[in-house]
Amino acid sequence: MTTASVPLPNWISYGLIPLLNLLLAFFFSGLVVWWIGESPFEALKFLIQGSLGRGDAIGFTLFYTTSFIFTGLSVAVAFHAGLFNIGSEGQAYVGGLGAALAALALDHYVPWYVTMPFAIAGAAIFGAAWAFIPAWLQAKRGSHIVITTIMFNFIGAALMVYLLVNVFIVPGKMAPETRTFLEGGQLPKLDWLMALFGLKLGPAPFNVSFLIALVMCYLVWLLIWRTKFGYEMRTLGISPSAAIYAGVPYARTVIIAMLISGGLAGMMALNAVNGAAARLQVEFVAGAGFVGIAVSLMGRSHPVGIILAALLFGILYQGGADLSFEMPTITRDMIVVIQGLVILFAGALEYMLRPAVVRIYQQFAKG
Amino acid sequence: MENFDILVSILGSTVRLSIPLLFTALAGLFSERAGIFDIGLEGKMLAAAFASAVAAYLTGSAWLGLLAGIAISILFSLVHGFASITNRGNQIVSGVALNFVAIGLTVVLGQAWFGQGGRTPQVSGEGRFSPIILPGADAMRDVPIIGPLYANVISGNNILTYMAFLAVPLAWWVLFRTRFGLRLRAVGENPGAVDTAGISVTWMRYRAVIVAGFLCGFSGTYLAIAQSAAFINNMSAGKGYIALAALIFAKWRPVPVMFACLLFGFLDAIANFMQGKSVPLIGEVPVQIFQALPYILTCVLLAGFIGVARAPKAGGVPYVKER
Amino acid sequence: MSLDPSPAPAIELVGIDKKFGPVHANKNINLTIAKGSIHGIIGENGAGKSTLMSIIYGFYQADQGQIRINGKPIVIRDSQAAISNGIGMVHQHFMLVENFTVLENVVLGVEGGALLGRDAARARGELERLQKDYGLEVDLDAIVEDLPVGAQQRVEILKALYRGADILILDEPTGVLTPAEADHLFNVLRVLRDQGKTILLITHKLREIMAITDAVSVMRRGEMVATRATAETTVEELAELMVGRRVLLHVEKGEAKPGPVLLSVKNLTVKDGRGVKMVDNVSFDVRAGEIVGIAGVAGNGQSELLEAIAGIRKPSSGKILIDGQPVAELDAARRRELGLAHIPEDRHHMGLVLKFEEYENSILGYHRDQRYGSGAFLDLEAIRKDAEDKIAKYDIRPPNPRLKTANFSGGNQQKIVVAREIERDPKLLIVGQPTRGVDVGAIEFIHRRIIETRDAGKAVLLVSVELDEIRSLSDRILVMFAGKIVGEKTSEAGEQTLGLMMAGIAA
Repeated sequence: MTTASVPLPNWISYGLIPLLNLLLAFFFSGLVVWWIGESPFEALKFLIQGSLGRGDAIGFTLFYTTSFIFTGLSVAVAFHAGLFNIGSEGQAYVGGLGAALAALALDHYVPWYVTMPFAIAGAAIFGAAWAFIPAWLQAKRGSHIVITTIMFNFIGAALMVYLLVNVFIVPGKMAPETRTFLEGGQLPKLDWLMALFGLKLGPAPFNVSFLIALVMCYLVWLLIWRTKFGYEMRTLGISPSAAIYAGVPYARTVIIAMLISGGLAGMMALNAVNGAAARLQVEFVAGAGFVGIAVSLMGRSHPVGIILAALLFGILYQGGADLSFEMPTITRDMIVVIQGLVILFAGALEYMLRPAVVRIYQQFAKG
Repeated sequence: MENFDILVSILGSTVRLSIPLLFTALAGLFSERAGIFDIGLEGKMLAAAFASAVAAYLTGSAWLGLLAGIAISILFSLVHGFASITNRGNQIVSGVALNFVAIGLTVVLGQAWFGQGGRTPQVSGEGRFSPIILPGADAMRDVPIIGPLYANVISGNNILTYMAFLAVPLAWWVLFRTRFGLRLRAVGENPGAVDTAGISVTWMRYRAVIVAGFLCGFSGTYLAIAQSAAFINNMSAGKGYIALAALIFAKWRPVPVMFACLLFGFLDAIANFMQGKSVPLIGEVPVQIFQALPYILTCVLLAGFIGVARAPKAGGVPYVKER
Repeated sequence: MSLDPSPAPAIELVGIDKKFGPVHANKNINLTIAKGSIHGIIGENGAGKSTLMSIIYGFYQADQGQIRINGKPIVIRDSQAAISNGIGMVHQHFMLVENFTVLENVVLGVEGGALLGRDAARARGELERLQKDYGLEVDLDAIVEDLPVGAQQRVEILKALYRGADILILDEPTGVLTPAEADHLFNVLRVLRDQGKTILLITHKLREIMAITDAVSVMRRGEMVATRATAETTVEELAELMVGRRVLLHVEKGEAKPGPVLLSVKNLTVKDGRGVKMVDNVSFDVRAGEIVGIAGVAGNGQSELLEAIAGIRKPSSGKILIDGQPVAELDAARRRELGLAHIPEDRHHMGLVLKFEEYENSILGYHRDQRYGSGAFLDLEAIRKDAEDKIAKYDIRPPNPRLKTANFSGGNQQKIVVAREIERDPKLLIVGQPTRGVDVGAIEFIHRRIIETRDAGKAVLLVSVELDEIRSLSDRILVMFAGKIVGEKTSEAGEQTLGLMMAGIAA
């Protein structure tokens, strides 16, 4: 019998193997650090200190984490329906437009908590809208969603640059960005939450979106494992033929799953646009959509896993910034390398270790 | 004659902007025709650009730069093959991963070695592929119409440009007139047929991704030491994805790939030219339209509105011997 | 019959044995095939024919035993080795590159040199000669996907001959052919034999065996049970050898009390992806309180019929009425709402999501039902309670609704499906191969449930390739052959009568 069909306990499949894959990714990252002549352990120390050592560091870490939770959830929801959404980046970008429009329209007149639901809705609707065409093309015309979502990332980027340069730019200014939102259009920082733990947030942009992200984790969990639609999505994602047998409508399921996925990606803009920058800027997504792929793969498309994976990447992003300050030979781009290695080992090579693990497991099970 | 001069200048830059697309799209052609999706073209191009710039700087030889670019690009291909052929992993995930590794690693190493924020030092002279003036270009310049076209579009490009255009018929010839090409196309359509014919599917696919790596080596080198004189952070800037779009737009056929790349290069050249200029009657046309057009066209094609783009049938599917 | 005078047979198999995990696919097979003959191998689905052929062609290695070709013992490690020993194979699913020309397909793997052009002319000449010699006409420059199926098959035969095959294995070659194409194929095979080639024909169609073979071997449950000269045997004897004297699974069953018509199929035609009619103008009714069995050799349209009724496959014409309601426009879910339950032929791909936990599969297709949660949400407590009830009632083991479905045995997986479909209290139950790959204890249990369903006044339509199963469960038997219903019998009809009808010989 081949090792592929040997059942393994859940703690091995969902705990040990992902952990080993992660360790491999870190091992190779360490090799890179060592290769450029720095100590990997020293680097790790700076990384941890820089991301968790102080109140504002933790604040920055959680700020990044928030963005990655949104995009991680986005990739995960599509993935459960058997769809690989590489377009979270573009959906988040366009989602920013919805979030910004809500803020620009309301910030003069109402306090932030009145604007917030409109900003959430705006971000989600614009993000979903950007996912709709690829979803429709996949559902009705069979166009490969991986390719169309990549294309839509670029089309979205062009659209947003056009809008920022030609429509939203503040007259007389050089930077292609909207005006700064008043407080009524911003999402307040979570100083009080940090204070509960005796930490000072400082300048870190850790804000209310974090709480929205946690709520979304719960809602996504509900959606996937507790609703009838989630059940249909999972059936379609695992076994398209069983979905036909069960009467799961293909086109509708694909389109709705992608709308939800796009909506979640769009909500990432709440954190970056309404929370941190208080204005819509060019390229504010800065790769968070792609980090979502890594987060979702590592978190095994489960909200709890996604929170943990997003936290890990939050640590990497914030700690990486500090690390490059402490060790000028290591730039922040080291994070991107680690991210790529995590996707490689946790995603593309996820089954590489399985045969070996099965053999060892069988030894133990026998003995 | 002013309009004509503008046209010549746009055509000249069309050629220059098409070359990296062309090498890369041909790379994708070999990989995808063999049934291996390659989202990682972008990363291979970037890695090759970095390697060639570094090698050219260190050795002062553009050709050694090219060699280094090819070597690194093939190395990336082999990792992609290891993940998606040997370990039957998801080809798209693998490609995405390698793109990140390339974007990050080039800057990390560049900064560590040269301390210029990821840039590599400028190379010059023999370290670059410089423009070649074809015989008679200067003499022809004053001949109406043909002269400027010859002098500014056809002549005055570097050797890699001419190699790119030579690569098109060569790719066609290899794919359609050699045993290797026949088997390569077969393995992307029906690996079972290849397997029952007693040919190794695995080795065939590895060879295809190696060819893809080889060609990406050229496109990266072109970016770094032909079009520019150094490696700059993320200098491929999405060209790998445009090349992918061109490949799909050309329905996975070599000669149409060339025309798709020229079209997308032309759109890019127009976008550069139109920056800040206004068109009579229409006013200022946003350059972003030209930037987005390759992607929009490809989506329209994928939707089946302009003919059917039939991807290689076994594309993206790891081969498992049936029971 | 032109037997070669030389004594060495073309193929000799000595003690071939092969296991796949717990499945003993080939048990100590001995077989001798004379040179220059057409030798048929028959047996039901799963009798081990295909495994045996795959061993000869080098796809699998036998665990034990020896293969001799022309008297010489050889080891066939891969298909390359088979080819170099003069063995060619025509697979059931053609191994052709569809967008290649015929010529390109034939030369793939034996192109000659590294360049195609120079050797193509030589190949073309050689192929033209083969075509003339064996009557295998097909346009060498045609694109394969544009060719009819019969012509594609000739390409496969050309491929084998071009590689110098002296022994040709054909696996279920007529499964996809029209009768005219099949006749054409038989002519080709006769010519090949007369020119000295040895042909191994794998089939489960008795008529073909009688029509063109010189000798025939019968396989049953992994064993080679008999070899006969075709001239000295009869269809009846072969049918009996194929089926064997099984312990007839007798199920206690009272008289049927047919009520109103619950399923009505009128002039139904279903085509497959290539446009071949799989179900051809079929009409019948199933009434409440009766089991109607559809007998037939696999591949005669039963599967497509079942899927059309279930709403999985779109018919090209005709009507289906469930409880008087036309359902042509309804999907599988809507039809379930009308009282249809469906135990599909393939539980692994359709009936179950193997990665789901047991309780999740216990609602597949019924998950929108209000019993499993009001509104958009699932009521897990109710679902698990319901799953536990079914586990108890159907004795599903292990009795754990949280266990992953893949970890249940075949019989218990099937019970999960049967429990889900029957316990829904449907009006109409359609069943495909209810006991395929199921152990004996579970077979009896499932049979009893199906009869209870009938006795509760439901209409049951049963499709099975197991004739025993059809005979012991059905009140009426419809026999399907080549997409048509060729006759109706009561359950008293003899096995041979039905067997001949299934072979398309008698009506």
